[in-house]
Amino acid sequence: MGNVLEQELKNRRQQKNILLMTHLVLGYPSLSVNREVIRQMAENGVDCIELQIPFSEPIADGPVILKANQVSLESGITVEECFQFGQEMAAAFPQVRFLFMTYYNIVFKYGEKAFLERTRDIGFRGTIIPDLPPEEGLTYLATSRDLGLAPILFFTPTSSDERMRQVAARGAGFIYCVARRGVTGKQTAFDQTLEEYLARCRRTTDLPLAVGFGISSREDVALLTGKADMAVIGTATIKLVDAQGPAAVGPFISGLLQP
Amino acid sequence: MKKGYYGQWGGAFIPEVLHATFADLNRAYEAARADATFWQEYVDLMSNYSCRPTPLTFAENLTRHFGGARIYIKREDLNHTGAHKANNVMGQGLLVKRMGKRRVIAETGAGQHGMATATMAARFGLACTIYMGEEDVARQRPNVFWMEKLGATVVPVTDGSRTLKDAMNEAFRDWVSSMDDTHYVIGTVCGPHPFPEMVAWFQSIIGQEARQQILRQHGRLPDRVFACVGGGSNAMGIFQGFLDEANVDLVGVEAGGLGVATGRHAARMVEGSGATPGVAQGYKTMFLQNPEGQMLDTHSIAAGLDYIGVSPILADLGEQGRVRFAAATDSEVIEALSLTMRTEGIIPAMESAHAFVQAFKEAPAMSPDQAIIINMSGRGDKDIFTIAHAFDDPSWKSFIVQRAEGYRRG
Repeated sequence: MGNVLEQELKNRRQQKNILLMTHLVLGYPSLSVNREVIRQMAENGVDCIELQIPFSEPIADGPVILKANQVSLESGITVEECFQFGQEMAAAFPQVRFLFMTYYNIVFKYGEKAFLERTRDIGFRGTIIPDLPPEEGLTYLATSRDLGLAPILFFTPTSSDERMRQVAARGAGFIYCVARRGVTGKQTAFDQTLEEYLARCRRTTDLPLAVGFGISSREDVALLTGKADMAVIGTATIKLVDAQGPAAVGPFISGLLQP
Repeated sequence: MKKGYYGQWGGAFIPEVLHATFADLNRAYEAARADATFWQEYVDLMSNYSCRPTPLTFAENLTRHFGGARIYIKREDLNHTGAHKANNVMGQGLLVKRMGKRRVIAETGAGQHGMATATMAARFGLACTIYMGEEDVARQRPNVFWMEKLGATVVPVTDGSRTLKDAMNEAFRDWVSSMDDTHYVIGTVCGPHPFPEMVAWFQSIIGQEARQQILRQHGRLPDRVFACVGGGSNAMGIFQGFLDEANVDLVGVEAGGLGVATGRHAARMVEGSGATPGVAQGYKTMFLQNPEGQMLDTHSIAAGLDYIGVSPILADLGEQGRVRFAAATDSEVIEALSLTMRTEGIIPAMESAHAFVQAFKEAPAMSPDQAIIINMSGRGDKDIFTIAHAFDDPSWKSFIVQRAEGYRRG
């Protein structure tokens, strides 16, 4: 039985060689800048956007996203505002598939079931929780499945084939393939090791493969084409907005897909 | 019960990239635990390289002063590097050697755990990086000096509240890229499984010794055992000697800061602390956090107790009613520290002095044939900068000013 998001992504892949997912931290630098950035992303053909709800202890994130979390929290962002903003975005850009990314404590404190129900109700397709391994997320996985949401799970270069199969059996929507070790935002070397890793990912699951951690250029995206289904642009757009403002996002995104 | 859980607390909330690392660590830890020669090697190391068994001192003068229960002090201050931290660190060091890793990393608050880890790394020939909040680097310069002299790299952490929890996050960030040759020596009975269980195991040496010593000296088990609780490793260490004895009252003393009611404290288990269940830093426990799950700033006079979470094992023992919790305020701590120094010639660390506060509150109402043990988790004299500052000592201040002027002149 296919998940909604999985089916949608597979359909899109019939039209496109590679899909794009972008990421931003809600409230950084502000929700109004977020709004403009998302518009630029949507108008330039982004398929999925992960909206990160800030957390005070983001252990899987590197310095850029870590700082974005802190600044956003210092400005007083709340989970409630994130939901309201998410709802507004999902309504405004129906062509984009939205997911929440956050840490488990945010979900836990809101109430796992309530959080997931609201995520579904505002028109989101799934959630990405990097500190919730499948072993600890049994009820989260089951509830997501019941609601038709995609709980996105991870493959990493340290995952054995056996582990990949275990994880894939519990995931839905797509698999987030971390391209390298370490935290978000560091450069990934696109070499033969990566190619072998992606081939291994492909062998162990039929779910679409999204590849992230350090992708920042047209060349990176071109290299992934044919080897993965979706390229994830994370830290690169945050840096871009910091340096050049939200207006730079549209040209950057459209540039990623130019042949 | 699920592995790594204590009641509803604990677990291993780790990013997928660490899955294989934790699988390896669990295997190595379980193999060591099943191998009696490992524990013997550990005990031998601690009696040769460190001062184990540490004494159980009968505090005759304090006993007379309060006129109640007989007061015994378990002297972890006499352990090498001056605190119980060495027990855990040397144990993990032996495990690192078994796993064949060549580098260790650690978080530290006050610097005791960093010092102990740097010492272990020097002894075992390992590379060592210590993450320490920028604020703590500034507050605990002497420990930074020693860590560096012992060959460790000390990295000041400038994120978040720039204290212990942020140092822990940063150590995790190092580990997710360095895990092939690096072991993360978590300093307390917190974090993802197997750390709480493993650290508690190494620290159980305190309780094993204390139990034999009190039976020898007092002729029977103590009535109460007091230990300070930050993460909870010294408390878990001594409590394990008495957990199965329902008549031994176990008391954990948290950092009451300026008073639990003021909100400026680091107490998680006492009534009114405001802590609620949460999941962070890889495990589930009671955290000081806001209703949406953002962690709060904590406060304690003792950097080693200044932490948002508490051991999942202690959260469970507290919930079961097996361990009773109390809080000591900063000013009570200074008072207990002064009294202990003047009366017994013993200088507890400010962390440890929290346990003394509660013991001093309860001892007078107990009868002279009863006995209590206070776990003195560390010594205070090496924290002279912190303690002298807390005492606001005028002659110390003028000494520092003169020394600074001397340095300035060059």
